[in-house]
Amino acid sequence: MLETLVAYSVIAGARAVTGMRSLWLGTTPIARQRIYYANHASHGDFVLLWASLPPALRKHARPVAGADYWGKGTLRRFLIDKVFKGVLIDRQRTDPSRNPLEPMFEALSAGDSLILFPEGTRNLDDEVKLLPFKSGIYHLSKAHPQVELVPVWIDNLKRVMPKGKVLPLPLLCTVSFGAPLTVGEDESKEAFLDRLSQALLELAPKEEI
Amino acid sequence: MDQHTVMLFAGIGGLLVLASLVGFVLKWRAGPDSNAVIDNLNARINAWWVMVAVIGSAFLLGQTAVILLFYGVSFYALREFITLTPTRHSDYPALVAAFYAVLPVQYLLIAFNWYGMFSIFIPVYVFLLLPTLASLGGDTTRFLERASKVQWGLMLAVFCISFVPALMTLDIPGFEGRHLLLIAYLVIVVQLSDVLQYVCGKLFGKRKIAPNLSPSKTVEGFVGGLALATLIGAALWWITPFTPWQAGLIALLINLLGFFGGLVMSAIKRDRGVKDWGHMIEGHGGMLDRLDSVCFAAPIFFHVVRYWWVR
Repeated sequence: MLETLVAYSVIAGARAVTGMRSLWLGTTPIARQRIYYANHASHGDFVLLWASLPPALRKHARPVAGADYWGKGTLRRFLIDKVFKGVLIDRQRTDPSRNPLEPMFEALSAGDSLILFPEGTRNLDDEVKLLPFKSGIYHLSKAHPQVELVPVWIDNLKRVMPKGKVLPLPLLCTVSFGAPLTVGEDESKEAFLDRLSQALLELAPKEEI
Repeated sequence: MDQHTVMLFAGIGGLLVLASLVGFVLKWRAGPDSNAVIDNLNARINAWWVMVAVIGSAFLLGQTAVILLFYGVSFYALREFITLTPTRHSDYPALVAAFYAVLPVQYLLIAFNWYGMFSIFIPVYVFLLLPTLASLGGDTTRFLERASKVQWGLMLAVFCISFVPALMTLDIPGFEGRHLLLIAYLVIVVQLSDVLQYVCGKLFGKRKIAPNLSPSKTVEGFVGGLALATLIGAALWWITPFTPWQAGLIALLINLLGFFGGLVMSAIKRDRGVKDWGHMIEGHGGMLDRLDSVCFAAPIFFHVVRYWWVR
């Protein structure tokens, strides 16, 4: 009850501040198991992507988030566990015996979709559009080759919530969904990651300053 | 609401009923296959119903509601403008000031009827303040370009548009209590000019005026639309403090300005590589697509009326 109320307030807030326009350019919003992977420049990224999915898809789309941040405190725990139903991962590898990808494998085996930022961290550089991808997404795709990977370009959110600023600017944001990809049977890790990041960059607007 | 306002809105309602009928017949004659031009026409007509209803409700509620309405209009327009003109990280303080300080203060100054301040606040004070804020960020990359973008956004979306509600501050002898009609006159004439240029262009348009800026603007549309809207402006003299001749001349002036506004805004859009400013008004595009002509016409209309009609 409370989590539903909070979820709808978050969605309404995201819509009011950003206009939240989603463009399904390369695919349609169908209820199929998918990995949505997106560019990462702002803390609000996963919220905006999650909120812009239609309700039926949103219910099964779980954002992947860092346990170092979201695992602390009652409020954060409530938001990530109950509202976003996130998948927490150990980015620092505090326990070297555990595979940090494990929670994501479990979510995929349970039939859930994932919202993932393969850059691994926020890209704070105005001059670079996309950081090199971490290899986790390749291993996920190899283990679940039937799950489609949908590139999602989140545009303008970096300007709405710049790093270290509290007050958001009410600028319009666009979330563009591209054509889904799957890993080739004997595709190398480097070739696959390159293909993923090219597909994502194609959704980005052409010029920026 | 006085009798003239009621008559005016009844006339607009009649016009919209007629437009909807024409749209319906065109759609019916085109058959089951969808025709992009006719669908867009019907979307535009439906959006007009909504826009007229919103303005009509604000008029019913009075002056404060009209100021709040245009505050909202300026907000959406500024948001579209800044969204399409990229800025950098260090422009954040200037943008915060633009959205959270300059925009409300400009409308407060109009609500307080402080002509000496609202007419120079953005062109003088804000013009000097914003680049100061930006320079404190220490980033000199494309500095002049970035500073101009924020200033232009505020001039067009806030300063120019705020002169529509500012018409209510004018003290015209013999026209007391009828200021809303002056707003209605400006908006109706300029918007009808847009609509009639569009209709004349679609019906008779051959020679393009500015193919690099806007493929839909033609000499035939421009001349036909401008002439018809000017005649309508003259015929609406009874809702203004003007004589029929004066009303016609002023209509011609604001229609020309509206046309220039459309040209300039198209040039900015082409430069940014987009067709529309936004997507909030079905069939029309964004708020700025609908208001580009009003932006250019409003401040000049205000000053012309102030110079010759205010005691």
